[in-house]
Amino acid sequence: MAKRTFKNYLFILPALLLFAVFSIYPFIKIFQLSVYRWDGIMPTMKFVGIFNFKDIIFHNPIWWRSMWQAAYITLIALTLQNALALVLALICDRGIKFGNGYRVIFFIPPVLSGIVVGLIWNWIYNGNYGLLNHWLAQLSKWTHISYFSNLERAWLADPRTALTSVAIINMWKGFGWGFLVLLAGLQSIPRQLYEAAKVDGANAWQSFWRITVPLMIPTFGIVSIMTILGAMQIYDIIVSTTGGGPAYHTEVPITRILAAMRGNLQFGYACAMGLVFGAILLSVSLIIIKLSRKLNPLAG
Amino acid sequence: MRILNCKTQGLKSQITNHKFQTNSNDRNSNDRNKKSVCNLVLGAWGLFVIWCLVLGILLVACSPKVKAPREKQLTIWHWMTDRQDAFEELARRYEEKKGVKVKFELYAPSDAYRQKVMAAAQSNTLPDIYGILGGKRFFASFVKSGYVADLTAAMKANKAEWESRFFPKALKINEFSKDNEFGVKPGIYAVPLDVMNIQMVYNKSLFKKAGLDPESPPERWEEFIAAAKKIKGKTGIGGLVSGWGEIWMIDCLANNYAFNIMGEEKVMATIKGEVPYTDPAWVRVLDLFKEMSEQGVLVEGIVTMVNKSAEQMFANERAAFAFNGSWCVNVYQGMNPELDYGVMLPPRVSSQNPMVIWGGAGSSFMVNARSQQKEKAIEFLNWLTQKEQQVFLSSQTNNLPANKKSLSDISVVLRQFADDMDNTTHPNIWSVSEYPLVTETFDKGIQSIIINEKTPLEVAKEVQRVKEREMKKSRE
Amino acid sequence: MSKRIISLLKHSFMILISAACIFPLLWMISSSLKTQSTIFSDMSLFVLRPSWQNYITAWVKGNFGIYFLNSVFYTVTIVGGIVLVSSLAAYAFARLEFPFKNFLFLLLLAPMMIPIPGGFVALYVLLNKMHLINTRIGYILPQINAGLAMSIFLLKSFFEKIPRDLEDSARIDGCSRLGIYWHLCLPLAKPALAIVVIYNTLYVWNEYLLAMLILSDKSLMPLTRGLMIFRGEHVTQYPILMAGMCIATIPIIFLYLLMQKHIIKGVMAGAVKG
Repeated sequence: MAKRTFKNYLFILPALLLFAVFSIYPFIKIFQLSVYRWDGIMPTMKFVGIFNFKDIIFHNPIWWRSMWQAAYITLIALTLQNALALVLALICDRGIKFGNGYRVIFFIPPVLSGIVVGLIWNWIYNGNYGLLNHWLAQLSKWTHISYFSNLERAWLADPRTALTSVAIINMWKGFGWGFLVLLAGLQSIPRQLYEAAKVDGANAWQSFWRITVPLMIPTFGIVSIMTILGAMQIYDIIVSTTGGGPAYHTEVPITRILAAMRGNLQFGYACAMGLVFGAILLSVSLIIIKLSRKLNPLAG
Repeated sequence: MRILNCKTQGLKSQITNHKFQTNSNDRNSNDRNKKSVCNLVLGAWGLFVIWCLVLGILLVACSPKVKAPREKQLTIWHWMTDRQDAFEELARRYEEKKGVKVKFELYAPSDAYRQKVMAAAQSNTLPDIYGILGGKRFFASFVKSGYVADLTAAMKANKAEWESRFFPKALKINEFSKDNEFGVKPGIYAVPLDVMNIQMVYNKSLFKKAGLDPESPPERWEEFIAAAKKIKGKTGIGGLVSGWGEIWMIDCLANNYAFNIMGEEKVMATIKGEVPYTDPAWVRVLDLFKEMSEQGVLVEGIVTMVNKSAEQMFANERAAFAFNGSWCVNVYQGMNPELDYGVMLPPRVSSQNPMVIWGGAGSSFMVNARSQQKEKAIEFLNWLTQKEQQVFLSSQTNNLPANKKSLSDISVVLRQFADDMDNTTHPNIWSVSEYPLVTETFDKGIQSIIINEKTPLEVAKEVQRVKEREMKKSRE
Repeated sequence: MSKRIISLLKHSFMILISAACIFPLLWMISSSLKTQSTIFSDMSLFVLRPSWQNYITAWVKGNFGIYFLNSVFYTVTIVGGIVLVSSLAAYAFARLEFPFKNFLFLLLLAPMMIPIPGGFVALYVLLNKMHLINTRIGYILPQINAGLAMSIFLLKSFFEKIPRDLEDSARIDGCSRLGIYWHLCLPLAKPALAIVVIYNTLYVWNEYLLAMLILSDKSLMPLTRGLMIFRGEHVTQYPILMAGMCIATIPIIFLYLLMQKHIIKGVMAGAVKG
């Protein structure tokens, strides 16, 4: 038995080795630094105990605000983005003309470089000559409804729309991944099940709820975790569009951590922020893993 | 490997068998494979080992074997992408002349460069010459940690020949004065390469279209507001554009007006904590932004605009005024060579104090105090800032040279920028420095004033609250 | 008749989404054919006088010759390494039993969840101690490690979905655990492997921060270094940058084309207990 266990360990040995060499040291370092006040350069640092954590948790409303804003972006990603991804994956799964073409096209946004994404969306949302405003103006001209032209604004600079605008960019950039993973999941459901259900007289709606959804729960779990981890740690898009502004309206945890590290020269404080953030992400992911295991009909 | 293949065959048929009947009993064909199980284990692990070996061989074969020992050449790290070609040419000339090999290594963008320098500092692998991107506090930490050589003696040698070449403001940014708050030994610690300052530019053709005199830009605040409104009324084109999504550019303009409204002394007193931000003079500064926003002088979306977008707008004549640095000459030249524009100081609010703009050294090089060839490095920097090299560098890159004698043939607009070098100041030359968190609150506060979320007084109170907290923290 | 309407609706929906996805790509391509002065003043997608010269400039000035080969080498080795290491581990976590299994699994996933501020600084210090600064291996190994968390997580979930009775029968046939992993699980998890390959390739292909940090010889740098020189501090040469990006995007799209077939082929079709 011991030999068997040893052999089983051999499977994870390469991964553990790499982890031990390249991840453990940075991890220990971040734990260590989180209890110091340090500017990132000086050879001397000041021990402050749990002061950094106390300050983050109790005296840093902007940090918590950034957390909620990231949660809002994540919520939109989880619901709208994944719903869109699922619909598209379902259509592609059933076989559709040009399916090959669609599959390629849906994956263009994730492939595009952040620079292009920033340029394009800054142009779309621009308040003076932006595409979105242009379309709204056209729309209100055709329909004679002034509501549309009243909507015109600098989308990224208006506090009412800035966060949602960013969330939409994130959704646009991210749905390709959800689509891909969901499609892979759907493809692994045996066709015979659907055929059998059809013979039994089930309609498309019933077979979707009775077959597709239960069998897809593990995949939903993966996609949710991927979406949550991706959207909570959103950073590139923010930097290339709003830089966290206007005021604090689009600040997210990562921009706060980097601001503390670079601008404010609080390296230790930034490490503590990272740990607090990590703890939250870890617990959310664990809950989802547990949940999808409980719901999974195959696991029971 | 052959065993592996035959095994694969067996299992593949196994899988296909299982596709429709999972309870298949037909396993006879696989019995013979039982013996090869051990081999299989070896095989798969062997594959992993082979992969590692191939990787290793490739790595050894591909990595450069001959590395010039560092002692033989000077290594310089920098982040200035557009100057790499000119730098390489200068290095070639230097080697020709002095026989010393100089290697310029480019690490861009500046963010990556900054991380590299920080990391190298931690493991003591900084090159002979490098630059630091960051404020005075950051610089001071580098000096105090012993990573930066004191250049004072070299600068003062030969009746201060080296020192006297530069714009005084450019050198001041690299200098720590007596009794500086960081506790750094007074002296000069870096060599400026170029200078810059940040002012306003205005579009002359839009001025003409609106019936304004393109040769006399507004000098007073009221005139500025009126001109911007007039241009908007006549041409429909927005007033002022700037990259205020990057908060330091807000800070810059706000500080210009703080100097203008309350004078340098009071600004310094505020930083020292003697004057609160709730002082009427500071509220007046914040009020200016409210006024600009209410009068429609700012282009839409300015609060989240990155400076590159702002530059696009001004270059494409979508804004009449821009608040931008002297580097913009280069940018506008590329985007719209026909653009007809002029330079102006930000229009003054008060006539009691002069209008002061931000400026000083654009980029500077430090010498590594722990370098084996410190003397050689200093010698090279001395050569690099001689007139001839500075003229070459500025003609190649369109930057203002730090050597004031090299200002011979630069463009008209650039010359206008250069003429205002004496009116500049910069947080890095002040003897005190504000807490970064206070600055952030102040700048973000101005953003919320512009989007009409907070009043100037509310912002002033909030900034003061953060200020008091930070002061208390540092006293602990 | 109603079927036709549904199909029409379906297609118009798909085309709408496609348009939103493909527009930036078209913009990027058309921008790469413009000049610095027309790129933002003339926003139309059709370029009357395309300057193909941009592509040559990008290739030559960006030193793409060396960088391209380097990038291909790095991507192949790193992604290959990730697939091998992570699939081995994922299989163990999905199917084998050993002490501390859950703990180790979480440990390996942790880097995915905890952002390490200035993690690069720590990594640099570490690599410097190991004398791996400015070497290929120093660039490759940390990235293999960085790709493990997400890949193990994804693969494990897909391995778990492989029906156990398939495995059981293979075991009765005398297959070892490694044999099952290699001959049964890997082929059956092809869709997941394809996703892992695409995911990591995208990441590695676009990586530049680590390259800037630990590499200094030009001959070792990846493609992103070539692109970077068109983005000055203040002046960005947009058309040439766009041309360079178009060149850099082609291999990725090509790889995706290859990989997505494995996702759709549906290797698992029919392999689940009925």
